[in-house]
Amino acid sequence: MTESYLAFGKTPWDTIGPNLLQLVLGLVAFAAIVYICFLLASRASVKAQDWLKYLIFLVPASLLLLIGLVYPTIRTLIMAFMDSDSQQFVGFDNFAWAFTMPEILTVLRNTAIWVLLVPLFATALGLAIAYMTDRMKRAAVVTSLIFMPMAISFVGAGVIWKFVYDYQPNKFKPDIGLLSAITKALGMTPPNWLLEAPVNTLLLIVVMIWIQTGFAMVVLGAAMKNVPDEVVEAAMLDGAKPWARFIRITLPMIRSTIVVVLTTTMIGTLKVFDIVRTMTGGNFSTSVIANEMYSQSFRAMDYGHGSALAIILFVGCLPIIAYNIRQLRLERTER
Amino acid sequence: MSARKKAKDIFSSPIASATAILIAILWTIPTFGLLVSSFRPQIDINHSGWWMFFTKPNVTLENYASVLFEGSTTNPPLAQFFVNSFAVTIPAVVFPITLALFAAYALAWFEFKGKDTIFFIIFGLQIVPIQLTLIPLLQLFSKGLVLGGVTIIPNLHITGTFLPIWIAHTIFGLPLAVFLLHNFLSQIPRELIEAARVDGAGWFTLFTKIILPLSVPAIASFSIFQFLWVWNDLLVGLTFGGGVKEVAPMTVRIAEMVGTRGSGWELLTAGAFVSMIVPLIVFFSLQRFFVRGLLAGSVKG
Repeated sequence: MTESYLAFGKTPWDTIGPNLLQLVLGLVAFAAIVYICFLLASRASVKAQDWLKYLIFLVPASLLLLIGLVYPTIRTLIMAFMDSDSQQFVGFDNFAWAFTMPEILTVLRNTAIWVLLVPLFATALGLAIAYMTDRMKRAAVVTSLIFMPMAISFVGAGVIWKFVYDYQPNKFKPDIGLLSAITKALGMTPPNWLLEAPVNTLLLIVVMIWIQTGFAMVVLGAAMKNVPDEVVEAAMLDGAKPWARFIRITLPMIRSTIVVVLTTTMIGTLKVFDIVRTMTGGNFSTSVIANEMYSQSFRAMDYGHGSALAIILFVGCLPIIAYNIRQLRLERTER
Repeated sequence: MSARKKAKDIFSSPIASATAILIAILWTIPTFGLLVSSFRPQIDINHSGWWMFFTKPNVTLENYASVLFEGSTTNPPLAQFFVNSFAVTIPAVVFPITLALFAAYALAWFEFKGKDTIFFIIFGLQIVPIQLTLIPLLQLFSKGLVLGGVTIIPNLHITGTFLPIWIAHTIFGLPLAVFLLHNFLSQIPRELIEAARVDGAGWFTLFTKIILPLSVPAIASFSIFQFLWVWNDLLVGLTFGGGVKEVAPMTVRIAEMVGTRGSGWELLTAGAFVSMIVPLIVFFSLQRFFVRGLLAGSVKG
């Protein structure tokens, strides 16, 4: 290889060294600034401290949020109504584009399917597992295993499942993908999983459900622990079967938590990006809005289209958040 | 307690337990298959399913060695990205938590006009999706900020360093961190704060002597959360890393590997595991704190 380290007289340490230096310098500089501010401020007069305390405690975070969140949000709002390099106003053209281009309509449809299926399945599964493990002995092992996907990255999950979905085009070679092998064992011919729509989108959705079920299980499981034993025992004495107990007691008592889990998962799913990017790159009609926003902005360098998609994403989140807040308010007034 | 135990005995249905165990096994198989494959020789991975490992167990560390240490200047080894992930993550956890704790302290205990408004705005900023800020924020890092001909922030020439990634993660982490830490800090008994004030402690001494030691559990919980979030993030690393390999974290690298050499499973399986090992260790050793953080975070509005 002409570009090997030896040819350039370089080693990986030529990058790792300076990077570690950046890390140490960054941390030391930050600590030093904080330390000096505290040192100077705590020696200042009581009167000076009265305004110094705002400057040191409140201003940094507020300023960062103002410059890093508030300003960019407003700017994106404006850019959504401008052309690709933000030079001219184009009215609603970018939105008209988003709602008429067949490819983007596919993206919006896919996103809708994701937002519908992932929260539904993840919450239902999480609920079922939480109930089954609620009174189980040594449930921790079971719940840890199901919760584990929450700890790894979406990228890692993408690799794990891409391996499961591996497709072998050569009939005479053995399958290395588990799904293909199972399909063949059942006597069917596996399709090229990740290339064929609409099965590919559903397979990507399975990955997200695999990750989110653990979250639903943990949060709902915690809520179930708060259902008083006496209530459950009383129902038992009345002869309620497990299923009736679940429907009549557990479900109503954790209703608000279910809403929180559903809405949180929904918002998370609306923003899903990594899974699609890693597994299909958004090709083969699998793209979703967050991925398309990235592609339009940073691949096609069309800031108008990218911003419009970001706005659509945000507007999609709003009713869910509004519903959530309304629910929380209702709950608070009930108490 | 004994009532609970008794209830447990009656309630634990063998069918439910068996189903739960079955689901847990089903949930683990994909990861397990990848783990097994990462230790198989290249020829085995490409010519038989990982489940065949149990009939012909060949174990090798070759995949890990080659993905971690073999590479070139244009195609650096994963070890470099492993270091990068730490270089990205540690400051991206320390900075937002420090600044959030400061702001939470101010919002919880200082008396001033507009305090509730500021808190409500920060709380509300949680709903802003990262996507909504990406383009302007990136332009800010690469060009500075000029509003109406007035340079508010000059071009700082930090593209290609870790700084944009650190700052971006800090910004995105702040709203939730301020909200959670504020909730925690406002539960500190008023008498404690007032007693210290009467003793002549200034606002800065109060922070270092009372607030900081008391917030350790809350800081720990949120740190784990933010650590996993940053370590596993792809979008911020991809966007604010300036597209250069020198500062890219592991997630960016793995995603790139999937795209360019989708069939090199011997490197991908090992590489994916290298990227997962740190969060898995954090997760399994600190699961209790992680769950606590998750519960606090998910019950937000």
